[in-house]
Amino acid sequence: MSNYSEESILNFLGPYKGNRSAVLRSLQLVQELLGYVPDSALDIIAKNSNVSRAEVYGVFTFYSDFRSTPPAKAVVKVCVAEACQASGSASLISELHDKGYDIHKGNIKDDIQMEQTFCLGNCALGPAAMVNGAPIGRATCAKIFASTSAVTA
Amino acid sequence: MTKVFVSMDSAALSMGANEVAAAISEHAAKAGHDVTIVRNGSRGMLWLEPLVEVETEAGRVGYANVSADQIPELLASGFLSGSSHDSCLGLVEELDFLKNQTRITFARVGVTDPLSLADYEAHGGLKGLRNAIAMTPANIVNEVTESGLRGRGGAGFPAGIKWNTVLNTESDQKYVCCNADEGDSGTFADRMLMEGDPFTLIEGMIIAGIAVGATEGLIYVRSEYPHAIDVLNQAIAIANENKLLGSSVLGSKFAFNLEVRVGAGSYVCGEETAMLESLEGKRGMVRAKPPIPALVGLFGKPTVINNVMTLSAVPMILADGASSYQSFGMDRSRGTQVFQLAGNILRGGIVELPFGITLGDLVNTVGGGTHSGRPIKTVQIGGPLGAYLGEESFDVPMGYESLAEAGGMLGHGGIVVFDDTVNMAKQARFAMEFCAEESCGKCTPCRIGSTRGVEVIDRIVAGEDQAKNLELLEDLCEVMTDGSLCAMGGLTPLPVRSALKLFPADFGIKVEVK
Ligand SMILES: Cc1cc2nc3c(=O)[nH]c(=O)nc-3n(C[C@H](O)[C@H](O)[C@H](O)COP(=O)(O)O)c2cc1C
Ligand code: SF4
Ligand code: FES
Repeated sequence: MSNYSEESILNFLGPYKGNRSAVLRSLQLVQELLGYVPDSALDIIAKNSNVSRAEVYGVFTFYSDFRSTPPAKAVVKVCVAEACQASGSASLISELHDKGYDIHKGNIKDDIQMEQTFCLGNCALGPAAMVNGAPIGRATCAKIFASTSAVTA
Repeated sequence: MTKVFVSMDSAALSMGANEVAAAISEHAAKAGHDVTIVRNGSRGMLWLEPLVEVETEAGRVGYANVSADQIPELLASGFLSGSSHDSCLGLVEELDFLKNQTRITFARVGVTDPLSLADYEAHGGLKGLRNAIAMTPANIVNEVTESGLRGRGGAGFPAGIKWNTVLNTESDQKYVCCNADEGDSGTFADRMLMEGDPFTLIEGMIIAGIAVGATEGLIYVRSEYPHAIDVLNQAIAIANENKLLGSSVLGSKFAFNLEVRVGAGSYVCGEETAMLESLEGKRGMVRAKPPIPALVGLFGKPTVINNVMTLSAVPMILADGASSYQSFGMDRSRGTQVFQLAGNILRGGIVELPFGITLGDLVNTVGGGTHSGRPIKTVQIGGPLGAYLGEESFDVPMGYESLAEAGGMLGHGGIVVFDDTVNMAKQARFAMEFCAEESCGKCTPCRIGSTRGVEVIDRIVAGEDQAKNLELLEDLCEVMTDGSLCAMGGLTPLPVRSALKLFPADFGIKVEVK
């Protein structure tokens, strides 16, 4: 995924040229395109949006969605918020931990990465998880890995 | 031809609804049945998902918790004609859970095809907008004020009064921004409406635009809702094609354009001024008020900001009249509230009822108590900034003021149920931790106070100098309540203090709690 050029990113950001209010959307577009926001993209966005690099960097660090390194093939979001706590998310999280996944660190193992998130809007069917955008209700390790194996295969 | 409904709501998808729909197509075709599958929204009976409904002459017959591998057996048993089966619920609309509700905002969710404008109109859609087009802006605003509709996003501010301010503020450009950030744990009504009946929100926003003189609308949706974003974008495209949006709304002199904007994983961006900053492409830092967004909002222009539920109540108010909506509810809480039953609950989902039902009736009679079968220890209402309430509050009628009197907060109407295995010191600690994690960082009490709060709670639980540390925690809570710019820091003490007050034993407290 790292075979991008400054030109290809600029092409992609074309519609936002000179638009100071498009910093967030530019970051989102780059992440959509590449899976993450490489350091060099911050300069490209700054130039394209006509703002300082510091400003772009500030936006990049404020929002937890952005990543500075490529994600795993399968990204699992695991809900850590209250309704899922009430439905037993703690034991799910510790089982995942035993399998080598720390949702707080988001380490990558076997093409899978697990990350914590605060509420997925599936609070009546917790614990809730999401694998590359596909929701899993009443989540168990078995359900999660069945879903990840479909994307990592 | 038999019509079969399988929901495409995220909650249904999370339980395998796509696989069920695919299996029905495949096996019905093999068996030579002529079947049309409609991907509707969810009825909100989430514990029954995937719910499959078959259209029969008597009405829609439901089958609960259907799995893909059950389909051949269901087909063989004749479920396409609504035959009985272990999973058969009978007529869906006769189920107590639904029959006892007053569905106004959610009237069409789960009933119609979310992306069929024809279906929308056939079920009462666009009537409110047509009425609004024939009215003066001031009269539209008046109707909303008269209905008693208050903001459903948390603060409960009267919608009509906000609209009136924007209407009366001169500007070359005004905006309508829909707050669809829905970050509160235990809430999912916004998501279900956007996925299950997006035209209602679109219609509500157009009416708001006509009422205040705004031609641009933005919906700020959190990134955790990819499916809702997808459905909204499809619905907006359909609305544009059908001239519901664009330079001449339904052939009138009014223009209205609508766009979806996506958040990036920040809870505080649900706060309205942080949302505006985010919409302007910046960090989601809360702005000082005044000026209020109704005067100085997006890009400095007068802006209506309302929650999805607030805006989605508007079409019905304009269709049936303010007095119809106003006739529901109690005291200053008018109309219906879309409650969300969440957490450890047997029958979790959407319960739309007039304000006034008691908390106990909601969680026990309607919700059926806990999913685990254990006793309820506490419920948290109104998201992570909401208070924990115990059984002694189960007589409280659900309304803005009545809940506030009981020390709680309605917020966005989410109710999270916990059984007796929960440790409240952990919940209090989590509230502080969450605040530390999600604080925008603008004010010290919120940014630093929450981190200190975690440490102090840890020391209390460890039994270190409890009297002194309890006093310290109390001081911290006071400083956060009084010294925070917004409700993030200002309300975090609510869950902390209520947990401590109700369940001191969980903190290992050996001294008296003041
Ligand atoms: C930390 C914080 C988070 C909030 N999150 C949301 C949210 O996700 N959705 C929402 O509609 N309102 C949220 N609010 C309330 C908004 O600031 C605002 O009151 C609301 O969007 C106004 O719309 P309404 O009058 O229709 O409720 C939040 C407030 C705070 C302080
Ligand atoms: S209370 Fe917290 S979130 Fe609100 S403005 Fe202050 S620092 Fe930001
Ligand atoms: S709290 Fe976990 S999905 Fe809402």
